[in-house]
Amino acid sequence: MEKKELLTEIEMRAIDHEISLVPYKKAAVIEALKIVQKQRRWISDESIDAIANYLEMSAAEVDSVATFYNLIFRKPVGKHVILLCDSISCYVMGYGRIYQALQKRLSIQFGQTTKDNLFTLLPNVCLGCCDHAPAMMIDEDLYEDVKEEQLDKILEAYK
Amino acid sequence: MEQPLTKNIKAGQTLSLKEYEQAGGYAAVRKVLKNNAPQEVQQMVKDSGLKGRGGAGFSTGIKWSFVPMGDDARHPKYLICNADEMEPGTFKDRLLLEGNPHQLIEGMILAAYAIKADISYVFLRWAYRQAAEIMERSISEAYAAGYLGKNILGTGWNLEMYLHTGVGRYICGEETALLNALEGKRATPRAKPPFPQVSGLYGKPTIVNNVETLSCLPHIINNGAVWFKSLSASEDSGTKLYGVSGKVKRPGVWELPLGTTMREIIEEYAGGMANGYRLKGVLPGGASTDFLTEEHLDIKMDYTSVAAAGSRLGTGTMIVMDDATCPVGFVHNLQHFFAQESCGWCTPCREGLPWVEKILLGLEKGKGSTEDIELLQMHTQYLGPGNTYCALAPGAMEPLQSALKYFKDDFMAHIEKHKCPYGN
Repeated sequence: MEKKELLTEIEMRAIDHEISLVPYKKAAVIEALKIVQKQRRWISDESIDAIANYLEMSAAEVDSVATFYNLIFRKPVGKHVILLCDSISCYVMGYGRIYQALQKRLSIQFGQTTKDNLFTLLPNVCLGCCDHAPAMMIDEDLYEDVKEEQLDKILEAYK
Repeated sequence: MEQPLTKNIKAGQTLSLKEYEQAGGYAAVRKVLKNNAPQEVQQMVKDSGLKGRGGAGFSTGIKWSFVPMGDDARHPKYLICNADEMEPGTFKDRLLLEGNPHQLIEGMILAAYAIKADISYVFLRWAYRQAAEIMERSISEAYAAGYLGKNILGTGWNLEMYLHTGVGRYICGEETALLNALEGKRATPRAKPPFPQVSGLYGKPTIVNNVETLSCLPHIINNGAVWFKSLSASEDSGTKLYGVSGKVKRPGVWELPLGTTMREIIEEYAGGMANGYRLKGVLPGGASTDFLTEEHLDIKMDYTSVAAAGSRLGTGTMIVMDDATCPVGFVHNLQHFFAQESCGWCTPCREGLPWVEKILLGLEKGKGSTEDIELLQMHTQYLGPGNTYCALAPGAMEPLQSALKYFKDDFMAHIEKHKCPYGN
């Protein structure tokens, strides 16, 4: 028999709260994905099954939602996720230079994770601080007016 | 010059409930809930001429008027604040969310009362982490003060308010896609009709309004329609949050009379172009608006005037393209965004946008031909208004069609020289 991964107590309690706020269980699926990702950093196939089981949905349905949204990760990510804005104001202000510098420092490209599993680098749509472009987020921290020469110091704080 | 929405906002600070009340906050809710029927609030807002600040520019009062009222209306009804600010180049709602959250909450209460809603949501994009914390805290404060919850101010009316943070997809800003996202589904737009006012969230009557639109409401109620109209420098009422990004001296966001000229905003408020750069083009209201050029600088930034010049006011946040930035590369960046963010629901958008992106990349790399220009022109028709469920693809075509019009020489130079003349 295949091994079924279960939701933890913490996850179930948080999902139950979300279910209490919506008319039917299925409507809590995005919240459930967020809750599980917060605990496990990414959403594995086993997590999809566990959520589907808990919300009485098919796994395919849960996966169709999970894969739709940019910030639900269906592959493992590193300890810290770097979201570099690649939208228009940051394009004009030279996000490309920041991308090149990050590639050089971390030896990874967009969509990849460093060998030590510390950083995953992803492009992100406009972060809504275009008057301080180029911008990036690391986990939940926003960095504005990013300059190449600041990168070492910024990254050091996450090591 | 009056700046009702931003006058109490200090850089990097958030107005607490107490500070907001001391500045006259929640007076509009107190006034209206005791003295006015919901339909009267609708009428006040209709009279004020307020138009939606999220990009479409539709009359807020008229939008509300389609919500079924009276005893046989279906409940719960929903009021949703669209705080999913993801239009590239747009950063105005962030200021209102972080600086004066109770102004927004009061506006939401007023809007909810006008349509007799029972439940309200703030649909906030994930990336606004600070705004999420601030809104969470402020909603709790409003509950504790009796502005939300059961029997608000002893009137017998109940309103719940929740914060929902999204998980990132531009299409969630489209109001019917937003409803699907709130219901836990893929955020694909819905066919209209039925319109959300009649059948919205969970099939119930629903209004979706933008952060800036809702933030105007307390001021309209307190000061009246005539005053609101007097704030403007154009036919359209009120003030507008205008932003400028790109290579200007002082990028930023300012609340100004609706109809302030583009020249005044770019040259005086944003300080003009950064040293060594000339203005080549401007997207007046976010990524999905048509380019305007130097010759348009004196047009007024109001809904009618920008439309007459062949573009849209959109979100009112301008992206300036300078003369050292390649227009083909610029438009390629935009189309990459739109292709990536297409929800894939309807064919012209799902298939057309990646094709457009690919053609533009070819051109940028010096591998384009004149046929490519024709193909791009064709797409601006096929992906234009009327062929898709929502405005994503038609919006994507706006900067493309206007780039082909104003910067044709740049496109041709890429073809003739077999490389990007800007060195990309």
